[in-house]
Amino acid sequence: MLKSLLCGTALLAVTAGAAHAQVSNNVVKIGVLNDRSGIYADLAGEGSAIAARMAAEEFGNKVTGAPIEIVVADHQNKADIAANLAREWVDAQNVDVVADVPNSAAALAVQGITKEKKRIFLMSGPGSTDLTGKACSPYGFQWTYDNHSMAAGTARAMVEQGKKNWYIVTADYAFGHSLEDETTKMVKELGGKVAGTVRHPLGTSDFSSFLLQAQASKADVIGLANAGGDTTNAVKQASEFGITQSGQSLAGLLLFISDVNALGLQAAQGLMLTTGFYHDMNDETRAWSKKFMEKNGGKAPTMVQAGVYSAVRHYLKAVEAVGSDDPDKVAAKMRETPVNDMFAKDAKIGPNGRMFHDMYLAQVKTPAESKGAWDYYKIVKTIPAQQAYLDPAQSGCSLVK
Amino acid sequence: MAAKSHANPSQATIAVRQPGQDNASRLILVGLGLAAAVAAPFVLYPVFVMKVLCFALFACAFNLLIGFAGLLSFGHAAFFGGAAYITAHAAKVWGLSPEISILLGTAFAGLLGLAVGALAIRRQGIYFAMITLALSQMVFFMALQLKFTGGEDGIQGVPRGHLFGAIDLNDPLAMYYFVLAVFLIGFALIWRTVHSPFGQVLKAIRENEPRAISLGYRTERYKLLAFVLSASLAGLAGGTKSLVFQLASLTDVTWQMSGEVVLMTLLGGMGTLFGPVVGAGIVVTLESYLAGTNLPVPVVIGAIFVVCVLVFRRGIVGELQALMARRRKA
Repeated sequence: MLKSLLCGTALLAVTAGAAHAQVSNNVVKIGVLNDRSGIYADLAGEGSAIAARMAAEEFGNKVTGAPIEIVVADHQNKADIAANLAREWVDAQNVDVVADVPNSAAALAVQGITKEKKRIFLMSGPGSTDLTGKACSPYGFQWTYDNHSMAAGTARAMVEQGKKNWYIVTADYAFGHSLEDETTKMVKELGGKVAGTVRHPLGTSDFSSFLLQAQASKADVIGLANAGGDTTNAVKQASEFGITQSGQSLAGLLLFISDVNALGLQAAQGLMLTTGFYHDMNDETRAWSKKFMEKNGGKAPTMVQAGVYSAVRHYLKAVEAVGSDDPDKVAAKMRETPVNDMFAKDAKIGPNGRMFHDMYLAQVKTPAESKGAWDYYKIVKTIPAQQAYLDPAQSGCSLVK
Repeated sequence: MAAKSHANPSQATIAVRQPGQDNASRLILVGLGLAAAVAAPFVLYPVFVMKVLCFALFACAFNLLIGFAGLLSFGHAAFFGGAAYITAHAAKVWGLSPEISILLGTAFAGLLGLAVGALAIRRQGIYFAMITLALSQMVFFMALQLKFTGGEDGIQGVPRGHLFGAIDLNDPLAMYYFVLAVFLIGFALIWRTVHSPFGQVLKAIRENEPRAISLGYRTERYKLLAFVLSASLAGLAGGTKSLVFQLASLTDVTWQMSGEVVLMTLLGGMGTLFGPVVGAGIVVTLESYLAGTNLPVPVVIGAIFVVCVLVFRRGIVGELQALMARRRKA
């Protein structure tokens, strides 16, 4: 089945694409849709648009003879605004690709629309595993991370370092519960144990009782199964209690470099977390990040922003190879081509749309270790792609056969 | 009386004609408005206009309470978003037809309104607002925790279905005229309420509650009925919106949504019938069209709100009406 499909697309590509480029409306239009004014504006926002533009510039802003145009919009973290904008982009403005879309409710809404209208959707911002699970789409690609890779990745890497006794502080709603479940499963699978869990309401400002319980448990690791403001509050208060200084490790199960920047090294030092990208890993990432920081007011790229660059670049490569922006052909080409750039090496895309690349376990440096602005992480361990993400066969995606 | 009008016929005819002229110009305005609403999907993007209509109905429902009964509810998102969840669940999981799903959502909002209203109307002013806020936050946390709401993912991919089993609502135009009809029914109901004896009593309560009580009105019953009516209509708007966007999410039940409807109503003109429609139109338009610019949307909307409160307190429609009234006098 797959083979004949591939042959078919190849044949189509040869007959239709080779002689004259086929690009709808003679422009490849990429819409970067994310939060530009709220809580995700720092980790995605304009930085994601800059990253997309950098990818387009690598192609001279032209692919198979058609200009590349990048438009941006602010979904204000509202699923209905995201749905409205995405629909209007596709219906009225001939947008070929929607990119980024942090906030999983917004991303799920856009996934439904891009699936129905047959447009490529490059997700860098959202973490919900449903996007490559029961809500997967032949046109949807989840690029940078997902909640499983962040939670299970951190848990595995830390248990393998001998930190087997866990205590988990969980935000009391579906998202927090799923982080807790993923972590617990992984810790137990590797022979560790979870000494206890405690649940706090969403938007808690006082973590002292939760943290004191966690501290009293004498666990090796205190896992924070929450996100955003809850995590930063918890980390700040943990540093006031001197939790990491007293030998317990603090692990953020969903944390971005922009959060660490907001916390400051004094509060965040010693924190363990998983990331899909760090700007100071090798010459390639450093060179790209330097260019990025010049355009982004000196702020280093988050993994979400770097992921937008990588995804847009991979998409444009596929358009170039196929010689058309036909979504079916391009999606097939994207799946069969390994991703190779500064973000990911020889990474493959699964049938469910998950991009499998290595993740990294990082520890936040102490103020003394840090040599300057944005010198925040020590990469402790590489988590191989196959361990970082769910097996597509178990994802619940109907595209996996 | 008769002799007087004979004595000065010109004055009498003017006095008689003026309300007639007023009615005529009002009819023309309403006719123009209807024509614009019917033609809108051919000019503007239909989903956008549907969103404006849903929020306009929501704001009108809210205005019924604050503008005509003088009750500031800070928890209307609970009715709007709660109904959106019920409608979405009914249409998606139970597979009910769109009109039944929306009615279920509306009924849920009405019942919720009865429960919240019964508690809240025992207090006045800021305490009333705080009680509604607290109870709507309870609804928010329930929506966050309950299984059927899908937590922060919301209920996605809600089918629009076939209206009365016959009209396919997946056609944008059919959906648009359905939403327009829902809006007009809701608006007509509000118009009728405001101009009924019941509406007059509400206004009396707003102006001077002890006096209304001394006249023999059981004001708490009037207030409760107004609250339930407002909640149900907010639910009607929320349920319809969940079918327009085919999703119900936490956005609709957060307290920010309760704040947004206050903003729409104040901006357009509190206590005027068309004010909330204008206010909703402005806020939704800004949210949609500023999204593509580099301006931070919440800051712009906030600045407009500040200007509105400082410079034109009656809101846009309220100021226009005041201007017209002044001209007529002069």
